[in-house]
Amino acid sequence: MDAFAKGRRGAERNTLARNYRERLARGAALADGKLVRTEDATALLEAVIEPGDRVCIEGNNQKHADFLSKALAAVSPERVHDLHIVQSNIALPSQLDIFESGIAHKLDFCYAGPQGLRLARLVGEGRVEVGAIHTYLELYSRYFTDLTPRVSLIAAEAADRNGNLYTGPNTEDTPAIVEATAFKSGALIAQVNRIVDEVPRVDVPGDWVSFVVQAPKPHYIEPIFTRDPAVITELQVLMAMMVIRGIYEKYGVTRLNHGIGFDTAAIELILPTYAEELGLRGKICRYMSVNPCPTLIPAIESGFIEGIHCAGSELGMERYVAEHSDVFFTGRDGSMRSNRVFCQLAGHYADLFIGSTLQIDLEGNSSTATHSRITGFGGAPNFGSESRGRRHGSESWLMAGREAQRGSHATMPRGRKLVVQIVETFHEGLASTFVERLDAWELKDSFNMPLPPVMVYGDDLTHIVTEEGIANLLLCDTLEEREQAIRGVAGYTPVGLKRDRAMVEKLRERGAVAYPEDLGVDKRLATRDLLAARSIKDLVRWSDGLYDPPARFRNW
Amino acid sequence: MERLEYRVRGSETDEFGGAQEALVGVVGSGNLEVMIEPADLGGDCLAVIETSITGFGAIWQQVVEDFFARNRLGNVKVSINDGGATPAVVSLRLDQALAHLRERQA
Repeated sequence: MDAFAKGRRGAERNTLARNYRERLARGAALADGKLVRTEDATALLEAVIEPGDRVCIEGNNQKHADFLSKALAAVSPERVHDLHIVQSNIALPSQLDIFESGIAHKLDFCYAGPQGLRLARLVGEGRVEVGAIHTYLELYSRYFTDLTPRVSLIAAEAADRNGNLYTGPNTEDTPAIVEATAFKSGALIAQVNRIVDEVPRVDVPGDWVSFVVQAPKPHYIEPIFTRDPAVITELQVLMAMMVIRGIYEKYGVTRLNHGIGFDTAAIELILPTYAEELGLRGKICRYMSVNPCPTLIPAIESGFIEGIHCAGSELGMERYVAEHSDVFFTGRDGSMRSNRVFCQLAGHYADLFIGSTLQIDLEGNSSTATHSRITGFGGAPNFGSESRGRRHGSESWLMAGREAQRGSHATMPRGRKLVVQIVETFHEGLASTFVERLDAWELKDSFNMPLPPVMVYGDDLTHIVTEEGIANLLLCDTLEEREQAIRGVAGYTPVGLKRDRAMVEKLRERGAVAYPEDLGVDKRLATRDLLAARSIKDLVRWSDGLYDPPARFRNW
Repeated sequence: MERLEYRVRGSETDEFGGAQEALVGVVGSGNLEVMIEPADLGGDCLAVIETSITGFGAIWQQVVEDFFARNRLGNVKVSINDGGATPAVVSLRLDQALAHLRERQA
């Protein structure tokens, strides 16, 4: 048999391309070119989606294809059923309604924060079969291997009649979804806020897009990265001071990723005061991978932060970002361009990640899992992990590497990424952050998971910062020392009270445990007066009126 | 309300002899007021605590004894009015009060 004949049979076997053409033809019957009327959205989905399809309903941290999600929930389960949903965030009721009615059955996802309780119930009832809970980069990676969507329902700000899409500042996951779908014969259906003659910029070329539907109201966006400086506590200021002296200054950290809690907001807000006073401008915190959190404004205005790449946007920051295209990545049209994949990658290969968590065990494993909820991961594990593929040196990376290899017999020098958890020893309800055993183990058993859902693994973690001090796990040689260093900063929690005082004192001499006085941190300065902005109104003032906070944050 | 009192052996020092007392913090939910002053206690340290939350005696004892030992204090009296602060906030206030007392001494 000659090779050509074999090849021809291959072409006949390419049912994927033929199947796409069939879907397109069925949908085209309802469309005027690429445009489908709002009221025909459900009929369009019934025409294009086939039973058993893998479907992505774009659900990001912030932007959601909420109209198409509702339209999907309204299809006839007789025509469309047993879908396999592959999307990063589950945030809206309609995204789970389809599992109640049998339209969908299997789910691969990353994060289900607000729907975590209901998701756990549906899994318990056998209505949702969880493929896996991923981190963002893992799920996107699987879009390009075995979880490629047959149909993706995405959300954009505007479209023209040719299907060119403008996503605006919240591009987020769109490029990953679009690339995987459009280039593997999948159908791409976009909901848009408005149809225009010419889009301000082309974020998705029209020839990749199958159909466009105008939504009756703008897609849902949540302001989840706004932290009101008014509720930052003195303990958070104290911890922020320790981070700046004991980590940022010590290692000379210039490229980093901040979590989105109040602890990291406190760090951002004392850069223009405390770090400035220490002469650290230009030496620390120059490039960040983080959403445009309003609490970054004073540090940008005072020349600390020179560049920020964002995974998504934040409501109210549009004009500020547009006016600061020297700092943020912005399009020719002036609005920000976000991209979760690139932001995650930039953060993964940065010198430091710092974020918060709910529980830390004695090996330093941390988890945000709590009993009876399936919340998942999001992006923290990709940011908060050692980047073993890294090869380029930096002051911080090399210094941390020297600490990690200190006293070992390793002959090949390696660097080390700093992975920091910042927590108070007690959180709400006087629950201890430090535990002998993570609740994640219980969750694993209740929901038959392959592994306990751990956010940051202990062997990736390098530092724990509490209001007591800093545990530097790089300077611990044994698991026993690591445990005592953790107990040494666990304060008056049961875990902290069980410390071996002599051993903690020995670790302190080595620098594996450091208290504020060891770091040159003056506790008298740990007051809210140190915050460059003490309210949302202060942030507006710092921004010269460009930051326009959502109504719920306006209390003046 | 609960009143707690802890007296422990301190170091033989008269570090703050004659210094004026230092007061930090305010009584409020989750917050506390701490006054620290030199006192002729024969080398001992004394903590007198009024707290709105009962049943945490063991932790109070740990927190104030750690504070006295960590700073090698003697002949010092600490008076606390507590509105339900966490141990972390208590420690911060104690350290802030001591820093102010030292400042006055210097």
